[in-house]
Amino acid sequence: MSFFDDFPSLSRRDLMELRRTIDNGFRDFSREYGEALENFFNPLLQFLIWLEKLMITAPWPIIILVIALFAWMGSRSKVIVIGSALCFLAIGYLGMWKDTMSTLAIISAATLICIGIGIPIGILMSRSDRIQGIITPILDVMQTIPSFVYLIPVVMLLGIGKVPGLLAVCIYALPPIVRLTNLGIRLVDREVLEAADAFGANTLQRLFGVQMPLALPNIFAGVNQTIMMALSMVVIASMIGVKGLGIPVLQAVSNQYLALGLMNGLAIVALAIIFDRVTQRLGKRLQKHQGLDH
Amino acid sequence: MTESFISIRHLYKIFGRDPEGAMNRVRKGMEKDELLELTGHVLGLSDINLEMEQNKVQVVMGLSGSGKSTLIRLLNRLIEPTSGEVLIDGADVLAMDAKELRELRRHKMSMVFQRFGLFPHRTIIENTGYGLEIQGINQVEIKKRATRWIERVGLSGYENYYPAQLSGGMQQRVGLARALTTDAEILLMDEAFSALDPLIRTEMQDILLDLQEELKKTIVFITHDLDEALRIGDNIAILRDGEIIQTDNPQNILMKPVDTYVADFMKDINRARVLRVHTLMKPLDTYANGPNMLSSTTLEQALQVFAEQSTSQTIIVNGNGEKIGKLTLDDLIFGMKRPTIEEIKEDLGSTSFSDSIDTATSSIN
Repeated sequence: MSFFDDFPSLSRRDLMELRRTIDNGFRDFSREYGEALENFFNPLLQFLIWLEKLMITAPWPIIILVIALFAWMGSRSKVIVIGSALCFLAIGYLGMWKDTMSTLAIISAATLICIGIGIPIGILMSRSDRIQGIITPILDVMQTIPSFVYLIPVVMLLGIGKVPGLLAVCIYALPPIVRLTNLGIRLVDREVLEAADAFGANTLQRLFGVQMPLALPNIFAGVNQTIMMALSMVVIASMIGVKGLGIPVLQAVSNQYLALGLMNGLAIVALAIIFDRVTQRLGKRLQKHQGLDH
Repeated sequence: MTESFISIRHLYKIFGRDPEGAMNRVRKGMEKDELLELTGHVLGLSDINLEMEQNKVQVVMGLSGSGKSTLIRLLNRLIEPTSGEVLIDGADVLAMDAKELRELRRHKMSMVFQRFGLFPHRTIIENTGYGLEIQGINQVEIKKRATRWIERVGLSGYENYYPAQLSGGMQQRVGLARALTTDAEILLMDEAFSALDPLIRTEMQDILLDLQEELKKTIVFITHDLDEALRIGDNIAILRDGEIIQTDNPQNILMKPVDTYVADFMKDINRARVLRVHTLMKPLDTYANGPNMLSSTTLEQALQVFAEQSTSQTIIVNGNGEKIGKLTLDDLIFGMKRPTIEEIKEDLGSTSFSDSIDTATSSIN
């Protein structure tokens, strides 16, 4: 009856052998291609360094003005603009300005990358059920696999620094924008699409004239989610060498500095709320044609 | 008969995984029910033959599930036919590649949809100008032409509203204006007025008839409403279970329904309002006398004349004032009567409908 008592597993030795093979295989791969990959990502690194430097060296009143301007363009709400400005003033006053700028830089870069990659993938998914069937499980994995697990190969390949941090953030933050772009396009009313076809619209006219505009509220919900998820990765990214608000939080955890952890944590929350409100308002304004019943 | 402008020949549409294979079975004589049971394929449209004249309104009437919405979409290939031929002004639509098809849809035929199919993110004027925008025409020209048609359907002042701000009737006027703005010769109308209230529907029919008088488009109009069909159709095709069972002008469909199914349709129709005196008139003879009456007069109007003038006979004249027949009060009363099952059978000269007659008899007599 030992068959039922002990799960029929590989022997210890075989298991170790298997793991070692995989480890060695990947190590060889990273030795072989690590440098090439680093060179490939070098422009990205330069961009990140440039962006961070720009945001840190720019005079703080200008940064606050720019943020207020963005908030106004997105939300058209005085409350949100004033709230954002006050938040940043408080952050600066409490000595977190530099870290906040670093975080802002990497979040902006990650969001841009996710939009740039995610929307085309979402469009592709919406056009074919087969592609959707292939990509959906990949997105599921990206969203649910514990981030520490994919930090290992990322660090093995690219070492510690901004680029692997950015990559880790993107892996986690990409799925919502892909999903919601796909969903948004698929939800466009069939008769409206038929109308576009009946008037002789070609594929691009149909995509950019009808599908994308009508999917925009959903796509914006995706952008919003992507930003939120990127922000939630800030602390984890700081473990592999991304500067910003995550580093003091890590210090606070290991040294039991309650106030330091709280202040930096709240700064992340403040960023999240500002981004969330601005993008949500923008999304709502983009669908001004809906819900305008007489 | 004049040369037909749109011809549909032996057109089939089969829904399912392998329409070609199913089509072969149908060619070998498999029936609709058997096809569904054996292969899981639905024979949506079966051997449709229809000739449509230029500048006329062709109505296709049928109940839901009869395949009428599929049929209209085969004309501009929003749905791909499985087999058959569609000729529009001599051009074979099914042989067209994607580019030719787009050209056809852009310039030759436009469409009005049951639930309007307006673009919710575009204003009324942007919706109306959509067809022209797709053609790559410049904005100034688009605005000019779209404004003209918005005005023509009575929506001036609403140019910058969004569709959601308009009532159903107004939205469908936009749908109509959008279809007219491309100046396409052919107008496909898929249950265009079915989603509207009865009063608004009549109003839209008036607008359409009014426009048609001036524009003389070739219109394919799908409906499930016989009143509507009789009102606007120059010719009516009745579709049942994916087959056309009768094609004729409204007068003949009322007077000579091809079987009890069609007759059953007619039973709630106010014949006096649809039938015209030329349908009932008898040849002129020497005894004919009485006031003149235009041949397009409806029976309802004719009855009024008989009553007012207390006459028992009228002379029917055509548009040029030539005498072409006579109508007695007896003829008129007889014309009001619905044909009985026996008469339908007699006209057909066959008894193949005996089984369906039993079920329909009670409702007709």
